[in-house]
Amino acid sequence: MRFLALILALLVAPPLGAEEVVLGLSKDRIAINTTFDGSDILLFGAIKRETPIPEGELGVVVAVAGPSEPLDVRRKERRFGIWVNVDAVEVDSAPSFYAVATSGAWSEVLSEVEDLRHKISIPRAIRSVGAPSAVKDAQSFTDAVIRIRKAQGAYKINEGAVELSEQTLFQTSIRLPANLTEGAYTTRIFLTRKGQVVSHYDTVIDVGKVGMERWLFDLSRVDPILYGFMSLAIAIAAGWGASVAFRALRAG
Amino acid sequence: MMYIYLPIAEVSVNAILLLGLGGLVGVLSGMFGVGGGFLMTPLLFFIGIPPAVAVATGANQIVASSFSAVLAHFRRRAVDLRMGTVLLLGGLLGAALGVMLFNYLKELGQVDLLVTLFYVVFLGIVGAMMFVESLRAIRSSRRGSAPARKKHTWIQKLPLKMRFRTSGLYISVIPPALVGLAVGVLAAIMGVGGGFIMVPAMIYLLGMPTKVVVGTSLFQIIFVAGFATMLHAVSSGIVDVVLAVLLIVGGVVGAQFGTVIGNRMKAEQLRILLAILVLAVCFKLGLDLLIRPAELYSIGAAEGM
Repeated sequence: MRFLALILALLVAPPLGAEEVVLGLSKDRIAINTTFDGSDILLFGAIKRETPIPEGELGVVVAVAGPSEPLDVRRKERRFGIWVNVDAVEVDSAPSFYAVATSGAWSEVLSEVEDLRHKISIPRAIRSVGAPSAVKDAQSFTDAVIRIRKAQGAYKINEGAVELSEQTLFQTSIRLPANLTEGAYTTRIFLTRKGQVVSHYDTVIDVGKVGMERWLFDLSRVDPILYGFMSLAIAIAAGWGASVAFRALRAG
Repeated sequence: MMYIYLPIAEVSVNAILLLGLGGLVGVLSGMFGVGGGFLMTPLLFFIGIPPAVAVATGANQIVASSFSAVLAHFRRRAVDLRMGTVLLLGGLLGAALGVMLFNYLKELGQVDLLVTLFYVVFLGIVGAMMFVESLRAIRSSRRGSAPARKKHTWIQKLPLKMRFRTSGLYISVIPPALVGLAVGVLAAIMGVGGGFIMVPAMIYLLGMPTKVVVGTSLFQIIFVAGFATMLHAVSSGIVDVVLAVLLIVGGVVGAQFGTVIGNRMKAEQLRILLAILVLAVCFKLGLDLLIRPAELYSIGAAEGM
């Protein structure tokens, strides 16, 4: 299967090779430390070509996706006078973070077919297959994920946020919020002409906790008993320390 | 603005806000002799801490505030160790049951409802009871007659009697063990020490003298909340120690001020204020269940993967 794909890629590659994306990142590693308060990534690049500039409107689409995970989406209904979770749909895979920036209006830079193929727009980036038969409007659950995450700033579309100059250089900046999940953030850049993808470039931005954050998180997973005792010891020491300190303060 | 990234909750929050929150709850807990968890946990929900982390970390914070407070009560010899131990044995069993129930409902996606319902029901009952009782106490103290302590004849008839010297009681161990059990369940599910239910239960149900009630309640809460913290840490790794430390530092300082304020007020006044506070929290949470929420959908991590 992989061999077949390789042959296919080789066959398809030459016409695509006419224009190619070259990319630079302001950083390819984001360290979450104690004072982490979000981060801006600057993406800049150029379009390499050995032939004259082809016909057709040029577009650049940048998509940054956080690690995907399955989600349970629940809907409240009124039962016995109070609002409780009733229906639930499992969304098979949804990125924890997703940002798309384009150089122009969405409909102009990317065709519906290409979006379907490369799964670039937000609804396409979420995969949901098996909804229980009791739930008829499964789509509304996926819509809810997008709506909630957009409101949290975890999903965003910035049309026209990619600056394109002389049909050769482009740059954009993507804001990563403070409540970031760890993992590999896949970054994809698509070069389009008349809505067709002519070249794309994939890279990964590594987001990871460092220092104390890393140590505490690992400890809580690797040795939860030790972590629990440490939490209690800190609590008791702090409680006792504050009590002693305050009494000393009042006495003297 | 000083933001701190919490390693387990995975959110970035203002450290000053957390210290202030801890301090505010600390003042109230010092004043009323309760852990203040019933205020802390809902407040953590409001500032965007995931509910499960808020509940588990709340239990950890209670260990610190109770430990700090119980030292003062030990110095005044206002802790009934024997009664505390009986309550504690019930409490540990209750906490284990509570964590099991908590994890089971988390899988069903009903844990938020469970936590809210527990809050509404228990805060409602306790708040109303305290309110009525303290109104009566204020009225009778104005008339100049001392409130008569109720005699619970059915409690006197139960077997397994034990002498509790510090409390001056000779009663069966069954009622205190059951009270401990119930409070243990609450500690695990609500992220509270359960002082707000333990204190009235000890006064009205067990007939303990008011001066030993708070110290004894605090004594057993330390262990029950500590046990709940361990269970939450081991079963789902949701105790955020950085969050806990910030709340603790604010809380223990606040509690010392609260104790000073509390000592200058009359017991009935204190109780009626606490009753009003409890009812207000209950009302707010109850309203959220009854009013159509702005967002009907909620996202949770898929279970059983």
